[in-house]
Parts: sequence; structure tokens; C-alpha cells
Amino acid sequence: MDFLNAIVALSNFVLIPAIAYGSQLALGALGVTLIYGILRFSNFAHGDTMAFGTMVTILATWWLQSIGVGLPFGLPTALLALPIGIAGCALLVLGTDKAVYQFYRVQKAKPVILVIVSIGVMFVLNGLVRFVIGPGDQRFADGERFIISARGFRDMTGLREGLALKTSQGITVITAVVVVVFLFWFLNRTRTGKSMRAYSDNEALALLSGINPDRVVMVTWLLVAALATIAGTLYGLDKSFKPFTYFQLLLPIFAAAIVGGLGNPIGAIAGGFVIAFSEVFITYAWKKVLGYILPENLEPVGLVQLLSTDYKFAVSFVILLIVLLFKPTGLFKGKAV
Amino acid sequence: MTGGYGRSGPDILHECTIAVEPGEIAVIVGPNGAGKSTAMKAVFGMLHLRQGSVRLKGEDISSLTPQARVAKGMGFVPQTANIFTSLTVEENLEMGAFIRTDDISKTMSQVYELFPILKDKRGQPAGELSGGQRQQVAVGRALMTEPKVLMLDEPTAGVSPIVMDELFDRIIEISRTGLSVLMVEQNARQALEIADKGYVLVQGRNAYSGSGRELLSDPKVRKSFLGG
Ligand SMILES: Nc1ncnc2c1ncn2[C@@H]1O[C@H](COP(=O)(O)OP(=O)(O)OP(=O)(O)O)[C@@H](O)[C@H]1O
Ligand SMILES: [Mg+2]
Repeated sequence: MDFLNAIVALSNFVLIPAIAYGSQLALGALGVTLIYGILRFSNFAHGDTMAFGTMVTILATWWLQSIGVGLPFGLPTALLALPIGIAGCALLVLGTDKAVYQFYRVQKAKPVILVIVSIGVMFVLNGLVRFVIGPGDQRFADGERFIISARGFRDMTGLREGLALKTSQGITVITAVVVVVFLFWFLNRTRTGKSMRAYSDNEALALLSGINPDRVVMVTWLLVAALATIAGTLYGLDKSFKPFTYFQLLLPIFAAAIVGGLGNPIGAIAGGFVIAFSEVFITYAWKKVLGYILPENLEPVGLVQLLSTDYKFAVSFVILLIVLLFKPTGLFKGKAV
Repeated sequence: MTGGYGRSGPDILHECTIAVEPGEIAVIVGPNGAGKSTAMKAVFGMLHLRQGSVRLKGEDISSLTPQARVAKGMGFVPQTANIFTSLTVEENLEMGAFIRTDDISKTMSQVYELFPILKDKRGQPAGELSGGQRQQVAVGRALMTEPKVLMLDEPTAGVSPIVMDELFDRIIEISRTGLSVLMVEQNARQALEIADKGYVLVQGRNAYSGSGRELLSDPKVRKSFLGG
């Protein structure tokens, strides 16, 4: 019984949250890695791109709610608003590309210049999002809150520990799987997807083969807009939306992309989960789980929390350091940075 | 052609002339740094010409981009980075045919007929092949547009003598179908043997030219470039 309780507590507080958070990071890191692989720079504006897409989704959600449109089965209205958010975000990134990045691309600017440019874009987006929706917390999740509630689980199983599965967590994982399957199908099976990989692999030869670089760039931005908006909306549904939080997400997202191997989509997914699990494992207070499995006299006195949650961003960096020390191009073969 | 790299770089090519007719093989030889690769790039429009022109079947194509020249029927295998290493062999061929909108399966099976080893390795990333196999992928990729002029920059670089002979045989086969083949080669003797036309390039200038046989028997050419 105690053992079962330990497993349930572990799932409830560690595994499920880490899987959901890992999926969100993976989707974010996929966007970063696509830009790095194809447009060849680290996009520091990615966190704020996510914030922008999410903001449009939230505004659309409120509008849908106000006219009384929703989804059945207790699904959040935000899912219905997602396409609008993606479209808004796509307009934004394509506009930014036309107005800003294209200029530097034509000049064949060095990646480091594009990185600095993207920091500029980041600050502009930062201000724009705050200006439109405000700097505060926004909640936009509606519908059923739980798929399995802690109390329902306890009543059902008779265990002391409850297991809660939030709707947002379930949606996150399912959406992430669908998105990743679609993305890989697109990159590996379609002509456009293959041309994007070819362009990423060897730009000069891609040009010699008649691949149109403008089209590759445009499709990349569209995919990035979709990935960023979906990742941001899922994160917002799961936690809450606050512009500053999204700016901070840049750190674990980059850590995930780099740990997995920049430019490698599979790496981005793996990196997302590595970072998420490390963060949750190290900042979780293990007292409860240990209390169940250790013999009575060994029961821990303290919280057995390795690091306070305030330090969770430090975890990303430590993992990043450790991985790069042993595998400089990341867990999966990425491009040399 | 006269030209160099960038807007203000020094001239690398000096009034260099190269020509090839349908069904012929023309070979460019010369010491390292002579400007052979530069001449190929100039013909393909990857270099700004300061003087001279490039003509395809009499039409002046000097102002066309490399992509437009692909569409006009030219195919180019560069000296380095001439395959997509992370794509499979088959995807490399598909990307070679990117500008085509018709059915490419026939051309692909022709390429597989020409290079049977590629058929066995079609699903493998091209970066995992041996040097000789990569060169075959590179040539195959350029053939996928069904070009009228095929330009090869050192197709036998890093290839063993046996595979080299085989690759030359394939190149002869290709030219028999009516293609013009323009090729840069370090293995000057073997290359000139199969060449209808040969050019010796020294410091960006035509030093000698003539039929392959003429060059091979020219004592000056033998002495300075073929090692006696
Ligand atoms: N991208 C470039 N930018 C500037 N100069 C270049 C560039 N590529 C080549 N050069 C210069 O042009 C000259 C000719 O080089 P090229 O590559 O054409 O020689 P090559 O005859 O092909 O030699 P090899 O037999 O070694 O391949 C060299 O002096 C080289 O330094
Ligand atoms: Mg060369």
C-alpha cells in the first residue's frame, strides 16, 4: 500500500507535471531549433513570439466566450481560438522578417549580428504584448478543470494519495504528440519539408538545385509561428499567462534546444524532457514520497528539496553545462555552434 | 572570361576561354590554384564576370542566376560540399530534380542503372557513404534535371584508381547520350585520354588547348603537367 501511495504521489507531483512541462518546452525548443537550422541564428525573441501568439489566442478566446461560442466535452475555448492565434503570430513573424531580418539576410550578415537583431525584436515584442494585454496575470482556461481529480481518484482506489490529471496536462501531451508527428511527417515526407532540410544541410547546393530560398524562409516562419503559439497557449492553459514568465521561458527553451543539439528536431524534443524532468526532480520536496518507501525510523525530517523552486532556472544551466562538457554538439548530433 | 571573387577582389581568370559541344567531353587540367574551379563557377554564374560572356547554344546567359541556368539545362557538381549529407541518397536525387514538375521516377531509375550501388543505399544518409559513393550521389543529383551540359569539378577526387576508371566509364556513357560534359580533373593523363577537348589552365589563363590526344602528345604539356 505504501509503495503504491509512493508511486501515486510521485506521478502526481513529479511525473505528470514534468511530462506536461517537458512537452511545452519541447514545442518551444522545436521552434528555436528550426530557426537555428534553417535561418542560421539563435532567435532570442522566441519567448516573446510565444507570448504574442498566446496573447492573440487569449483575445480570441475572450471574444469567443463573449459571443457564447465554446467547445463540447469541457474542452477549453482556447483550443478553438488557437488557429486565430497562429494566424496572428504568423502575420507578426512574417512582418518582422520582411521589416528586419530580410535586410540582414540579403547582406549575408553573420549569425551573431542576427542574434543581436533578434534581441532588439525581443524588446519590441516585449513592449507590444504588455501594451496590448498588460503586464499582469491573465487566466483564460475554462471548461472542465480535471480529467481525474485527486478526490475522485482517492474514492475510486481507496489509496491515501490522490492523483490529479488536469485537463490542460492531458491536452498538452496529446497536442504535443499530434504536432510532433505532423512536423516530422512534413519535414521527412513532403517535397517542401525535404527542401527545407536540404537548405539547412547545404545552402549553396540547395540554391544550385533550384530550391527557392524565400519560400523556405517563409514556410519556416509559418511553422515557427504555429509551434510558438501552440507551446505558449498550452503553457498558459497549464499555468497562467504573464508576459514576463514567457520571457523567462527563453532560458529553459534554449537549454533544451542546445542540450538536444541545436538544429536537430529530435534533439529539441529530448532536450525539452531532460530539462523539464531535471527541473521538477530537483525542486520537488521529496519528503512525502520518501516517507512512504523508507522504513519508519529513516523517515526524513526536512523537506528533502534539493533546491528551492526560485532556483529552477539554475537547473537548466547546470544541465546545459554538464551536457556540453561531455557532448559539445548536444545529446543528438546538432550543428557545431 | 575575366573575373574574380566579390566586387573588388583581384582577377583570378584572365581572358580564359572554354567551350564544349554536345556529346563531347571537355577536360580542364592545371596546377592547384590555377583557377579551374573558379572557371567552372564563372560558367555557372556563381561569379561576377568583369569581361566576356557565357553562351548556351548561342544564347547569351551571362546575366542569369545559377538557378536560372539549372532551368536552362545546366547541371553542376561542385568540388566540395556537393551532396546533402543528412539527406538520404534518394532524397538527394529528389532534391536534384527540385525544379522539375513532371514525373521524375524514370530519370531516377536511369541514375540507379548508371550507379547500381546507389540503389542499394537509397535509404541511407548520403553522409554515411564512402567518398567514391558520395561522388556518385553528387553526379546522380546533377543528372536528375536531365541537363544538356553537365559540369563536374574533380569528380574523382579521393577515389581509388579502380573506381576512378569506373567513374570515367560512366561519364563516357553519359556523354554518349548527347550531353556535353565539362570536367575539371587532377588525374590529367587519364582524363585527357577520354577527352575530346582539353584545356590547360595556368594562373587563370589558357596555357594550352587542343584535343585530348594532342595535349597528351605535346612534349611541353607532358613535361610541365603530366610529369614527363
Ligand atoms: N571563394 C573565394 N574567394 C576568394 N578567392 C578565392 C575563392 N575561391 C578560390 N579563390 C582563389 O582563386 C584562386 C583559384 O582557385 P581555384 O579554386 O579556382 O583553383 P583550382 O584550380 O580549382 O585549384 P585546385 O586544383 O586546388 O582545386 C586561388 O588563388 C584561390 O585563393
Ligand atoms: Mg578546384
